[in-house]
Amino acid sequence: MSSTSNAGKSLLGIEVLDRSEIEWILDRGRRHKRKPGEGVKKLDTLRGKSIVNLFFEPSTRTKASFELAAKRLGADTISISGEGSSLSKGESLVDTLNTLAAMLPDTIVMRHSASGAPQFLSRYLSTPIINAGDGQHEHPTQALLDALTILEHRNSLEGLRVAIIGDISHSRVARSNVHLLSKFGAEIVLCGPATMLPPALKQLAPGISLTHNMVEAVTDADVIMMLRVQLERQNVLNFPKNEYFQFYGLQLAHLDRARPDAIVMHPGPINRGRELSSEVADSPRSMILNQVENGVAIRMAVLERVCGDS
Amino acid sequence: MSRLLIKNGRLIEPSSGIDENRDVLIEDGRVAVIEPFIEAGDAEVFDAGGCIVAPGFIDIHVHLREPGIEHAETIETGARAAAAGGFTSVCCMPNTIPVNDSATVTSFIVERARRSAVVNVFPIGAITKGSEGEQLAEIGAMQEAGIVAISDDGRPVMNSRVMRRAMEYAASFGLTVIDHCEDLNLSMGGDIHEGIHSVRLGLRGIPGCSEDVMVARDIILSEATGAAIHIAHISTRNSIEMVRHARRLGIRVTSEVSPHHFALTDTDIHGYDSNFKMKPPLRAHIDKDAALQGIIDGVIDAIATDHAPHTGNMKMQEFERCPFGVTGLETAVGLTLKELVHPGKIELKRMVELFTIGPARVIGLDRGKLSVGGPGDVTVFSTSREWVFDVNQTESKSKNSPFHGHSFRGGPVATIVAGKTVWQAPAGVSA
Repeated sequence: MSSTSNAGKSLLGIEVLDRSEIEWILDRGRRHKRKPGEGVKKLDTLRGKSIVNLFFEPSTRTKASFELAAKRLGADTISISGEGSSLSKGESLVDTLNTLAAMLPDTIVMRHSASGAPQFLSRYLSTPIINAGDGQHEHPTQALLDALTILEHRNSLEGLRVAIIGDISHSRVARSNVHLLSKFGAEIVLCGPATMLPPALKQLAPGISLTHNMVEAVTDADVIMMLRVQLERQNVLNFPKNEYFQFYGLQLAHLDRARPDAIVMHPGPINRGRELSSEVADSPRSMILNQVENGVAIRMAVLERVCGDS
Repeated sequence: MSRLLIKNGRLIEPSSGIDENRDVLIEDGRVAVIEPFIEAGDAEVFDAGGCIVAPGFIDIHVHLREPGIEHAETIETGARAAAAGGFTSVCCMPNTIPVNDSATVTSFIVERARRSAVVNVFPIGAITKGSEGEQLAEIGAMQEAGIVAISDDGRPVMNSRVMRRAMEYAASFGLTVIDHCEDLNLSMGGDIHEGIHSVRLGLRGIPGCSEDVMVARDIILSEATGAAIHIAHISTRNSIEMVRHARRLGIRVTSEVSPHHFALTDTDIHGYDSNFKMKPPLRAHIDKDAALQGIIDGVIDAIATDHAPHTGNMKMQEFERCPFGVTGLETAVGLTLKELVHPGKIELKRMVELFTIGPARVIGLDRGKLSVGGPGDVTVFSTSREWVFDVNQTESKSKNSPFHGHSFRGGPVATIVAGKTVWQAPAGVSA
């Protein structure tokens, strides 16, 4: 078990990337987007490559998105989920990964409920790892696809006012987005009740402000990102569930406070009536489905970067 | 008659204030003569030239894992690690399997130590049965069997009524209560210190206040009961301030700090390496600075390692699943020299105090001194010997140290228990 140069190609988080690496992925992702009316183009840039999707934590859309991305690039994929595999039979994480690595895949895509699990493994494995979400830490491909989505409506991220609203403390989506947006000079407003908004967040990256007031957060926003309420990550509930929507749910009236061309995003799966109203979810401002579409394009780009020969 | 003569060393003996070159002769396990020059005669001679000779170091906070968790450590291996760290006496915490909450378990530990340990092992008994925080353990009977203090270390007593009664009861027997101060509700689910670093790493936080509220409670209960309370591994600025204030008021509170808390902060945690995961967690810079200040001005009475061995398997997991605790016996003296003495924060005499009469006084142990007729326990250490800590060479059964690969200037040279040299620095290294 020792690291080789291959592991250096891993995509573990946004925090450790520099702007040029992010821009490369965004450009590449943009080119992988299907034009309207265009059929699915199958490429063969990853022909002969094998990719293991290892999902220690349930996931529908991210897993499907990675699988589809790999298939469109001609790679062979195998997906393993927590339930039904040795992952749920007491095998240690290191042993599982060693077993898989012995099969010599070209890349491992992994989702894990523990923060730092892919970082921990990358110290012992030579196979490059793509982090598909680790605990409450990072979800880099989500931030990349969100950036791609925003850039379809704005020329640049610089100076944009982006409000991220909800359970920030437990959100890997928020962390990755904060790092990415901050690197490109966006103004980031994090909003939620104090139980989900630790003051130290302000020091996470340049350009962050915090507020507990939803109206303040959305005022003049270019982008409103709603987060899923992660009930499963809270040891005990840190907020009174029944009044959450009243104070931190996005409603049509909020959109009047934002910029006229502001967009609404959500990493999904959405809880209608909890994080946002049905009217908002179905409004033309909502980019939720565009995000899903962009997810496949971004993951194709990421797979090429990590797994490709160039 | 066995005779060991320690020659040519600089004796630092805090209880008498001696800091001069002295020879020390030990006969049949007891100190026989302390003089500037002693004729060797037929005595075995240990040349301590260029080294410091001090009363045997005492660590009042270790986990030896026996009985029950022998794959991580045994009394024998833990004692060897202690000797390699320059300690002649250790006090072992009761969180074994079974918990040391009865005279039977205490007697087992005492007997195992007598047969297998190269250093003195003094057990600490549980406060409550099974350390479950409800009913008092058989404290008096354990004392007769050999315990020197009580603690529910790692599973602190949350119920303040139980703690009050425990303090009153312990005081009747002249025993100090040692508390691992952690409000388990406030710290629940936490992995590292709560702050920017926990936010950045996406790890759940253990807030400083989870320690502070219990330190406050204990001080108040000590004041109310008159019992002696000792705060184990104190780690926050607020807690240290409260202890300082309480001592000014004459309350019987003492405290210890662990080397990792004055050597590291939460910013030293990299790569989700669980060798940096312990309780209390590595804190912020202001906390570390407060610990240094407390050591300098005397609010902190002792350096104690909280040596907590865990097997590699246990530490080779996702960070949040790894158990808390790091080993520390073999690096404590080196770290103290490196972080405190060499930078000029404390004098050597203060360092020796923190390892000898400081901890001895905390639990009322008649050790930590070198005086004619007293135990012939001696720690010989160097302030200049260059060495690197290689965890693969450890005497402990476990390797969970955050200090692997750290280089040191100065460290233990020889450990002498009752006149017998039980450990010596590897040959070829000079003082």
